[in-house]
Amino acid sequence: MPKQRIEPILWLLFSAGGIVAALMIPVLLLLFGVLFPLELVAPPDHAHLLAVVRNPLTRLVLFGTCVLALFHWAHRFKYTLYDGLQLKGLHTAINTFSYGGALLGSAVAGYLLLLLPV
Amino acid sequence: MSDTTATTRVRNQPRPYRRRVPILWWVRRRSYLLFVAREVSSVFVAWFVVFLLLLIRAVLAGDDAYQRFLDWTANPFLLALNVVALLFVLLHAVTWFNLAPQAMVVKVRGRRLPPLLIAAAHFGAWAVVSAVVAWIVLG
Amino acid sequence: MAKSITMQVARYRPDREAEPTMQSYDVPLRKDWAILDGLNHIKDELDGTLSYRWSCRMGICGSCGMTVNGEPKLTCATFLTDYAPGPVRVEPMRNFPVVRDLVVDIGDFMAKLSVVQPWIIRKDEEPPDGEYLQTPAELEDYKQFSMCINCMLCYSACPIYGLNEHFLGPAAIALAQRYNLDSRDQGSADRMDALSASTGVWDCTYVGECSTACPKNVDPAGAIQRYKLTAASETLKAFFMPRGGR
Repeated sequence: MPKQRIEPILWLLFSAGGIVAALMIPVLLLLFGVLFPLELVAPPDHAHLLAVVRNPLTRLVLFGTCVLALFHWAHRFKYTLYDGLQLKGLHTAINTFSYGGALLGSAVAGYLLLLLPV
Repeated sequence: MSDTTATTRVRNQPRPYRRRVPILWWVRRRSYLLFVAREVSSVFVAWFVVFLLLLIRAVLAGDDAYQRFLDWTANPFLLALNVVALLFVLLHAVTWFNLAPQAMVVKVRGRRLPPLLIAAAHFGAWAVVSAVVAWIVLG
Repeated sequence: MAKSITMQVARYRPDREAEPTMQSYDVPLRKDWAILDGLNHIKDELDGTLSYRWSCRMGICGSCGMTVNGEPKLTCATFLTDYAPGPVRVEPMRNFPVVRDLVVDIGDFMAKLSVVQPWIIRKDEEPPDGEYLQTPAELEDYKQFSMCINCMLCYSACPIYGLNEHFLGPAAIALAQRYNLDSRDQGSADRMDALSASTGVWDCTYVGECSTACPKNVDPAGAIQRYKLTAASETLKAFFMPRGGR
């Protein structure tokens, strides 16, 4: 019975995370992970980025992105281990690692983006 | 009489053959391999969250920390990791937007919108969001 | 065009061997011959002991599904010339227990079909005078999912079903959707338990191979994803409006 009620919620989180990750991550990873380090595009100066990060809307959007992306990972990774490596027997450990990790990451994101006085 | 029938039935019962599924079942077909790659992309999604949080922590800590972070991203191993991550994240985005229309039935005035239109709308939204984010970041 | 093509056919005789073996036959390579015609030639002319299922030979009965060169196919709709010069490998459908040669045990699938209650469920006991009326638009809502011929190629293609035989599976879920989306049906709530159980839609990870394999373009993968959304919104509704829900 519990599985029927939690699973749809986890799937919704996975789906929302999938959309958000697909929309937001490619451009950010392209900029900060590839273009800036390779000096193909000049990185923004610190003052500008600090202003962006401090903006309440940005903080909310980034927090939402982090949380949803982490829960997207948790759900998909769990099934990758179940089906790809046939580890369904270790489901307790896998669930703890996946959703526990997502909660931990969300807490860190919350601390950095919402709680740290800026 | 029913006893003999039962024993006869058991004796003639075929022994069905069940093939065991190998651990690497997904390397045998290109479509399965693509599927597993798509699933593995979630790991790089999680990596990005870690990377993003490190960036934000550096920005909040001050200009020095931010510069050190930028230098760190130029490290060859990290750069290679992020290139690979970018490829996987792109795989995720493209497969996601291509599959979304099949899961959604949107009706306008009683007629179902063609799936191609829904997919195009997703890709369009992706382009817009990317442009807006890039504009905000680059300032 | 060459005169003949080699067909490598899986044989399994449980009374004689522990595992399937392959046996090669040379059949005439005729332009209009399907794999099924090749098998019929083998049985009629070369080796009468070969066992396999077939019936309509025109892609509507769903009997002749097999694995051809590793792909799930209807053998009546797959042509020998597509595999020339050959050899072409014909094996039983994957993910089902093999009873003999190319014949698989479909009992699990038959049981699952009835689990989803594939009939019109109505609350009222009295049928109307004449038939239930339905507009063309209402027909369109479920028509695609009604095209299933129960050939089981989708189960054969589904890696999740291969790993876990308890998974309800593509065709059964698409069939449930065929009724859920039918305007004449009032039984969505009755089907929800089977569909939203842990072995229902939630086992599916949208590999999508079922829809690729389907010879009738039913798109069971789409049916499953749509139901996930339905089940998820029902769960949220029940959570936020417990009395207004189901």
